[in-house]
Amino acid sequence: MVQKLDTLIETPSQTAGPYVHIGCMPTYAGNAGAYDLEIGESPIADGAQGEVIEITGEVIDGTGWALRDAMMESWQPDAAGKFPGQAGADPKVSGYCRFAADSETGKFTLRTVKPGAVQARSGAMQAPHISVWVVARGINIGLQTRIYFEDEDNSADPLLNRIEQQNRVQTLIAKKTAEGKYTFNIVLQGDNETVFLDI
Amino acid sequence: MSDRIQDRGPLIPRNRAAHPPAYDIDYKTSVPRSPRWSLLSLESGPSEETGPTFGHEILGEWDNNLIMNWTRGKAPAVGERILVHGRVLDENARPVPHTLVEIWQANAGGRYRHKKDSYFAPLDPNFGGCGRTITDENGYYEFLTIRPGAYPWPNRGNDWRPMHIHFSIFGHAFGQRLISQMYFEGDPLIYRCPIAATIKDRGQLDTLVAPLDMAKARPMDFLAYKFDIVLRGRRQTMFENKLEGM
Repeated sequence: MVQKLDTLIETPSQTAGPYVHIGCMPTYAGNAGAYDLEIGESPIADGAQGEVIEITGEVIDGTGWALRDAMMESWQPDAAGKFPGQAGADPKVSGYCRFAADSETGKFTLRTVKPGAVQARSGAMQAPHISVWVVARGINIGLQTRIYFEDEDNSADPLLNRIEQQNRVQTLIAKKTAEGKYTFNIVLQGDNETVFLDI
Repeated sequence: MSDRIQDRGPLIPRNRAAHPPAYDIDYKTSVPRSPRWSLLSLESGPSEETGPTFGHEILGEWDNNLIMNWTRGKAPAVGERILVHGRVLDENARPVPHTLVEIWQANAGGRYRHKKDSYFAPLDPNFGGCGRTITDENGYYEFLTIRPGAYPWPNRGNDWRPMHIHFSIFGHAFGQRLISQMYFEGDPLIYRCPIAATIKDRGQLDTLVAPLDMAKARPMDFLAYKFDIVLRGRRQTMFENKLEGM
């Protein structure tokens, strides 16, 4: 028997299930008032610097059906590319949001400010993006992805350039539909399947 | 948080074998909800190594007491009273202090307080089913609650979920984000459950089974279960300024 490592193994994930909102978004579950303050209601406060944008979309399964029970979380820096807590970060940007697919229509909306560019560890500049984590019934481990923007220069982004099949890059790019409005669908499986990340 | 994010070590790459695969035909909803393409792997960066932080100002007086929090202390929920407690650690076996832990669960009869749950076991007017707390400086947390009941669900012809409590843990980085479920020692439904069985390594599944902890039980009041949670750790950054392989 070889020596034992003193490292631990990560706790295995399990699905968030259909009632994830009870614990994470009580008002959505029909339980308004369970907490005095729910977290992640908005990633920005009034007066946040930068362009306020609205991203709408659906989470779509392998049959083309929009999930009605998906919950998402997003994480991003402020308009200048600073994450909350960093020196000089915009105090009106918490950077964190929880949002869910509508239980009747499956549509979600994320209202935030457009993030600034952030340097990767390699020194390369990453194009502006929002990190998104999707959980739901039927998803055994949360799916990570990113939202980029079609009206930004994404050509030098290190992550997008790592995608071998460049025809898949467009699955990570939000389409602009009007001033400050974007659409971004998350396709779990099948044609135009979203690129999901392991980082 | 350090202003120099690059000084914080990258996250240890996730050991995907420790987790359930996306696709498992016995958990039917995973079939249309699992990606067919492989994940895109790359080293973590600022977007994954930073994350939201929450202070005690978000917590209400009763937030980690599910026996009393739905009625704000006016009347207790019905069921087997238990303390669920443990530590949040990382893969380097270091405690994860000051991090938010959220739980949700069904009531003693297996009924959830959710607009979409129509199981005919009744709601308990004194039980909501959600709780949250923040780990202390040693990564320790505790909840007082009632033991949730098992419940049937439409999967195969006669599938029942074991008694379980859902856990959501943040850690200090968005890339550490984890949702899982805690099961109870001795429950015969655990090894019949297709959701538990999405975890293919029996040893890993057993890390979700909380043992009865009589030392923490309070006589004439509540039993206790111990549930420790391990999040991803960070690599050392000592040699980061050298080229790979040097």
